[in-house]
Amino acid sequence: MTVSFFILAALTIAGTVAAMSLRNLVHCILALTLGFAGLAALYLQLGAQFVGFTQILVYVGAVAILAMFAIMMTQRAGAVAQPASSSSRTRGWITGGMTAGAVFAVLAWAIHASAALPQTLPPQALPSQPDAGVRAIGNALMHGFVLPLEIMGLLLTAALIGAVLVAMQEKQEMP
Amino acid sequence: MPEMVDQIFVICKHWLLGFAPAGVQPIFSALLSVVPVLVVFPLLFAITTVLERKGLGRIQNRYGPNRVGPCGFFQPIADAIKSLAKEDVVPDTADRVAHFLAPLLLVAAAFLAYAVLPIGRNMVVANLNAGVLFFFAVGSMVELAVFMAGWASRSKYSLLGAMRAIAQMISYEVPLVLASVVVIMAAGSLSTVAIVNAQASYTGIWPHWFVFTPWGFAGFVLFMIAATAESNRSPFDLPEGESEIIAGYYIEYSGFKFALFFLGEYLGMFATSGMAITLFLGGWAAPFSFLTWIPSYVWFFAKLLTLIAGFIWIRGTLPRLRMDQLMNFAWKFMLPMTLLNIFTAGVWHFTPAGYARWLVCVALVVAPFLLLSRGLQQEKKYGMRSYRFAE
Repeated sequence: MTVSFFILAALTIAGTVAAMSLRNLVHCILALTLGFAGLAALYLQLGAQFVGFTQILVYVGAVAILAMFAIMMTQRAGAVAQPASSSSRTRGWITGGMTAGAVFAVLAWAIHASAALPQTLPPQALPSQPDAGVRAIGNALMHGFVLPLEIMGLLLTAALIGAVLVAMQEKQEMP
Repeated sequence: MPEMVDQIFVICKHWLLGFAPAGVQPIFSALLSVVPVLVVFPLLFAITTVLERKGLGRIQNRYGPNRVGPCGFFQPIADAIKSLAKEDVVPDTADRVAHFLAPLLLVAAAFLAYAVLPIGRNMVVANLNAGVLFFFAVGSMVELAVFMAGWASRSKYSLLGAMRAIAQMISYEVPLVLASVVVIMAAGSLSTVAIVNAQASYTGIWPHWFVFTPWGFAGFVLFMIAATAESNRSPFDLPEGESEIIAGYYIEYSGFKFALFFLGEYLGMFATSGMAITLFLGGWAAPFSFLTWIPSYVWFFAKLLTLIAGFIWIRGTLPRLRMDQLMNFAWKFMLPMTLLNIFTAGVWHFTPAGYARWLVCVALVVAPFLLLSRGLQQEKKYGMRSYRFAE
């Protein structure tokens, strides 16, 4: 709990709040990107270099751009969303609050039940530096978890081929 | 004595660090590492602009800049004063915040990439365990800056330019990363310092650079092609094609913001060239064992200037590609070649050293290259050039 943690946490929360409250969709995505970058910095602060840099590479570099393209192709760029009516807004607050509460409860329960908390373990059992290096992750992916990795690769390839097929059919319909 | 000259900047840094009180030493140390990078590479940018304009002038049979200073070498100073003194015009309909932030983000992302480049022996700002990954991660932030610039200007030309730039950058990022995977496999590390150290030994007088292996050579060529496309340089400069969309995503920028875009683009080019040097050309290592007395940073900048000269030469001689040619080249040629190259590197790694290994690996590089290029040419059916509107 250092100063940098609070700065990064404030940055992340400000980015995500702005992403939900801004009216212009492109601004929303830019703010969300700020949130992603803050999360990546938090990962880096925890010493998880691989996860942090992958977060930047995938979310800031690819997912944000993908979302931009999606907005550009579905509606007029820079269209400003109308503010919602008050009744739908209360309904939204209730549903959103319940979802957030449920997710937070599950996460809190999982962390409390896991062995990562210092109280549940004798102090010498905890490694001083968690082994989250690139080499450790690579070894785990290529030895212990090679089958899940391959299955996920197959799934993504299938999705890719499916996307190409959808795009090709659209092209054939046009004379 | 050669070691002293080689390490003079490191020694200077430690000497200066001794004057700082213990409390501010980490910050002072970081400043001493960062400030030289912030000074040297923009200076290199200034020198490159004048060299490029003069070189292009020679290629196009004209003089180039020759008025300011001796042989026109003070031209960058005049350019800088001009762009600083210009009015900063922001379009009325532009999105002011994003319009202002885009050039800053571009330059910041370009500078961040230098953090992991080893410029000389013991001369790297941050020796990260995942250095190569960091380099590509900050490189992908450039796309966001380009999009912000193109969208915030509220101009059709700049939006078209940004779309072209993003499509091109995303397509060529895949072969760029895959071409560097072979080196990571061979060195067994993502740290740039470890990759340079893996190439720093010699057999006789010859160095162990990765470019002197079949997969390394193919990887280097593929990496440089993808790097040219990533830095939006000719022949891949469609995003700023003057004849079609005027200047692409930075058409609505003037004065110093325009200069910042130029700076960011050149810094990106230097950074990817520096990464190519680190990955394939032995980083700061000397090309022959009897030349190791020349300081390491001299070798790095000599290699960098050589690659820049190559970039200028290509810009002066090749015509611009079309959008479909660009995409076909990325997905039908570059991607299969890089994937096969990874396979070749694996074969190289697991077969015993000898002539047989060379033969097999050269065949594994050359045969797919010939088959792919022949196969892609056949569906084109080149014939006499036909004019639809002229004649």
